[in-house]
Amino acid sequence: MNDRLKETPSQTAGPYVHIGTAPQAIGRPALPNQPGPVIESNTGEAIVIEGLVRDGSGAPVRDAMLEIWQADGMGRVGEYGLFARATTDFGTGTFRFRTVRPGRHAEGHAPHVAVLIFARGINIHLHTRMYFPEDREALAKDPDMRRLEPEAVATLIATEDGKTEDGLPLYRFDIRLQGENETVFFDI
Amino acid sequence: MTTAFYRRDRSQQPLPLSPGYKSTVLRAPVRPLHALEQTSLEQSGPALGHTPLGALDHDLIRNAATTGDALGERIYVFGRVLDENARPVPNALIEIWQANAAGRYAHVRDGYLAPLDPNFSGCGRCVSDAEGRYLFRTIKPGPYPWPNNGSDWRPAHIHLSVFGEAFSQRLITQLYFEGDPLIPLCPIVNTIPDKDAVDRLVARLDLRNQEPFDCLAYRFDIVLRGRRQTHFENRTEGL
Ligand SMILES: [Fe+2]
Repeated sequence: MNDRLKETPSQTAGPYVHIGTAPQAIGRPALPNQPGPVIESNTGEAIVIEGLVRDGSGAPVRDAMLEIWQADGMGRVGEYGLFARATTDFGTGTFRFRTVRPGRHAEGHAPHVAVLIFARGINIHLHTRMYFPEDREALAKDPDMRRLEPEAVATLIATEDGKTEDGLPLYRFDIRLQGENETVFFDI
Repeated sequence: MTTAFYRRDRSQQPLPLSPGYKSTVLRAPVRPLHALEQTSLEQSGPALGHTPLGALDHDLIRNAATTGDALGERIYVFGRVLDENARPVPNALIEIWQANAAGRYAHVRDGYLAPLDPNFSGCGRCVSDAEGRYLFRTIKPGPYPWPNNGSDWRPAHIHLSVFGEAFSQRLITQLYFEGDPLIPLCPIVNTIPDKDAVDRLVARLDLRNQEPFDCLAYRFDIVLRGRRQTHFENRTEGL
């Protein structure tokens, strides 16, 4: 086991992450097949996830890049898994994904969306999960959630926020990097 | 059947809160990370390295050229993507971004007085081959000042984003260049407490792989998390 190689250390994505990962955010065309914030899938109900990333003072983080990875609407991962990437708006700090409601991919686990956060001042990406407010019963039985305090679980549950202009269900998921109601981040 | 990845060895990683790098002070979580078992979700990932890229995506000297090649010291940056078990990772997508030879980013938010290069965007991509090998052609980026403790200076560096076969292997980092005196002075480098770990972010000059009369070469290997060995594999290896 000692001859295992060591993982390459992480470094911050920095404030210019858009050049390499989201050129459309700085007015350049996206490269072919480059992931963006919209997932097209006919496996489930289309939904929109919107939120702010806030720092320890409550200020919006306007230079973050977020990635989501989730089961498709039928609960399938692997080659059926769904991936998207969004950056926070330079003005408002808001991020927005369009995806589909994930199915349950593991027995006993409530459906969720894995979320990674990269930004200036984040030396190694943060990994969290977004759960759905209508899954209270499944959340109460979820083995991962049962090991967390209720206040901690609450930081992982999106809130229903009506409909988008296109009539899609809108979920609000705010991420607090530090301080009061700090989001739970995982070591997975 | 997929197997779990080794838990991330945080002793090899930067500290989230590193007051010498001021942006971490309000952005580093205070609460400890909560350890979870992986599920099939984290053990798989998007197949981004299986979709075709543009023919010049790996060539930053030409991929934004309008009137001629990008200005600067011409280099190859190449190496292998491996996992912790020293197995090659094929089809890894590597996305890079960097400043130009003068230390200026082609980005609306970079106001450094050094000039832009109309033939350089600083954006590139490539995918590792069956042996995990990858290659970029670019120019060596310049160091640049940034507001931190007054005017701090970043060593020359290239940002890299890597997707292996699973979401658990996701990595964003920066590579530095052998011999740069700014490396040990950099507050961002120094968020990594382990000096050997820092050393693994330093690309090595590799004269044997130069392009004579054209281009120097720097070697940089990337190690992603590896999967735990199963009993079946152990038995096979013992035969
Ligand atoms: Fe940089």
